Amino acid sequence: MEHKHQEHAALADTFNANEPRVNWHDETLWWVRQKRDRMAWSLPEWEELREAASRIKHNVLGNLHDYLLEFEKNAVANGAVVHWAADAAEHNKIVLQLLQEQGVKRMVKSKSMLTEECHLNPYLAEHGIEVVDTDLGERIVQLAKEPPSHIVLPCIHKKKEEIGELFHEHLGTPAGNADPKFLTAAARQHLRKEFIQSRVAITGVNFAVAETGEMVVCTNEGNADMGAHLADVHIACMGLEKIIPQRKHLGVFLRLLARSATGQPITTYSSHFRKPKAGQQLHIVLVDNGRSRQLGREDFRNSLKCIRCGACMNTCPVYRRSGGHSYHNAIAGPIGSILAPNLDMKEYADLPFASTLCGSCSNVCPVKIDIHQQLYKWRQVITKEGYTGKTKAAGMHAMNIVLSKPGLYKTAGGVGRWVMRTFPAVVNNGMNPWYKQREMPAPPKDSFADWYKKNRK
Amino acid sequence: MKVGLFIPCYIDQFYPQVGIATLSLLEKLGCEVVYPQGQTCCGQPMANSGFEHLTSGCNTLFVDHFQDFDYIVGPSGSCVLHIKDHLHVHGREDKATHIRQRIYELSEFLTDVLKVEHLQARFPHRVGIHQSCHGQRGLGISQMSELVAAPFSKPQQLLKMVEGLELVELKRTDECCGFGGTFCVFEEAVSVKMGKDRIADHVNNGAEYITGNDVSCLMHLEGILKRQQSNVKVLHIAEILNASIN
Ligand code: SF4
Repeated sequence: MEHKHQEHAALADTFNANEPRVNWHDETLWWVRQKRDRMAWSLPEWEELREAASRIKHNVLGNLHDYLLEFEKNAVANGAVVHWAADAAEHNKIVLQLLQEQGVKRMVKSKSMLTEECHLNPYLAEHGIEVVDTDLGERIVQLAKEPPSHIVLPCIHKKKEEIGELFHEHLGTPAGNADPKFLTAAARQHLRKEFIQSRVAITGVNFAVAETGEMVVCTNEGNADMGAHLADVHIACMGLEKIIPQRKHLGVFLRLLARSATGQPITTYSSHFRKPKAGQQLHIVLVDNGRSRQLGREDFRNSLKCIRCGACMNTCPVYRRSGGHSYHNAIAGPIGSILAPNLDMKEYADLPFASTLCGSCSNVCPVKIDIHQQLYKWRQVITKEGYTGKTKAAGMHAMNIVLSKPGLYKTAGGVGRWVMRTFPAVVNNGMNPWYKQREMPAPPKDSFADWYKKNRK
Repeated sequence: MKVGLFIPCYIDQFYPQVGIATLSLLEKLGCEVVYPQGQTCCGQPMANSGFEHLTSGCNTLFVDHFQDFDYIVGPSGSCVLHIKDHLHVHGREDKATHIRQRIYELSEFLTDVLKVEHLQARFPHRVGIHQSCHGQRGLGISQMSELVAAPFSKPQQLLKMVEGLELVELKRTDECCGFGGTFCVFEEAVSVKMGKDRIADHVNNGAEYITGNDVSCLMHLEGILKRQQSNVKVLHIAEILNASIN
């Protein structure tokens, strides 16, 4: 896992080298955002639903300990085995052990960003076990040997022609066929075999109900169902924050989730898992991996309300124009940028800066996370911890000196404008990132303060 | 009513005409306006870059200059928002609070405090409004497309009082232009792409002018327009609202 990543700005720069592709990416996601808007407007009570969801989650976060224990007690009573994992490594170990007990070399997985976060697939591969992702989008990026670029639309960065080529190479579909219907059918055929043969299935969890010990997984293709029902062992991996108190709260979240995510009134399958069927094992792995630390950071704890709908990504003008991979983290976009620094502040120090703080993310968020305000706060934390570039820090210190002293500010401003007027090449050059694709403003002879002195006093 | 005129640093240095239009408009509307000499900057460029701890000099200056006014008005949504959200001075919190509660962005001051219903202005052109995010989503100057709520727009309300002005409709009413403070240089590629897309929406809908409440966004858009050698121009909303009737 040792790699020196590039930062968001550099990766986004590369993504922008192909402008037609950026346009396509932007338009595709904007289309999803518009579907979300139509769906939101179809419910007059939309804003009240958001408020309700936010408050339910607020209660959960304030009493997480109790709800988790309640959930565990009920899940065990239902016949499930509950495992607790402090971090990604422990989670991976637990899963590996369960697989080794079964003696399997290959198994199916559906709908789990958590296992992405824990880098489960490469870990299992190292131990000789192959994971087959069964959701279409996930399978596509898996064949392409890429991470997902979006939490709901994992292969949104790929065009159908590219998918046709991948399928031709890996699944033997005819070359040049990029018909989505045909490709989907081909993928189904291919995955059917995996489902039937697989003795173990891993799924994610969208909501875990403390009151009943049951879990709900939302999918559009039914793959979580298929995997979990056909296998002898179902392993459900979930972050600690997925808990909701009662069954009746599901109505609030299920209405918000699909509308926010894809603009559907509800996901095609909302599968409830409560008891293992006769002869089957049900394991639930509850994973912390930094969540309790985030819970303890008052400014950032709200980020744990996230239900992973992806709406903040679709609306984010920066995400749409820089692509999910530029965030170099399992969870991209605005929410990823506030979750990632909690996992590794140094590695992800660039992400809270990859935003204009426009605030659109906070407005679409179905659980009302103050995303852009948290981005602002992360910037302060990261800077104080010393993870900001030296040049930027030096510039800011200089700026502080000039702006704190009116006399100096006036002189510097006058000199600056004079330099720009007299020797435009000083600023209009390749070293100035502003000037690369933009003209500088024309510097006036007098500042407003000069004008005011002459004309009003 | 004593109004303290807050002219953000980049307007002072690069767009004095916006300050002049703001002052003249407020005076026309009967306000007693004073521009406190010696003001510099609200501190936002540092704060948004993660250096809020370096803004105490700016904060102190701001309180020094503006503590005695009934209202403080500035022609910039983002600078006003920064003051509203972050102005604190140790030992002078009452003054800072007074300012935070009494500072207004120009167009909201006109609609909400002065309750302007008529303007003596004429600007016979097709104009697109660029809704700057900090003014719109931060100060709530207009309805936001993400929320399910009744529509309103203070800048639009004012521009509709201008004779001859025709507002253009946009495909994306309130998408960010990509300026974003230091974002515009540290994330140059995305910033410019966002700006180009924002401009295209206005141009494709026939705008001759792009206007808005924030000179910083307009400066970014103007820089791209000039590089494209476009005929489309940018003007701050104060310049249009103050445009001569003749
Ligand atoms: S932060 Fe909000 S909008 Fe973004 S994925 Fe999570 S719930 Fe959805």
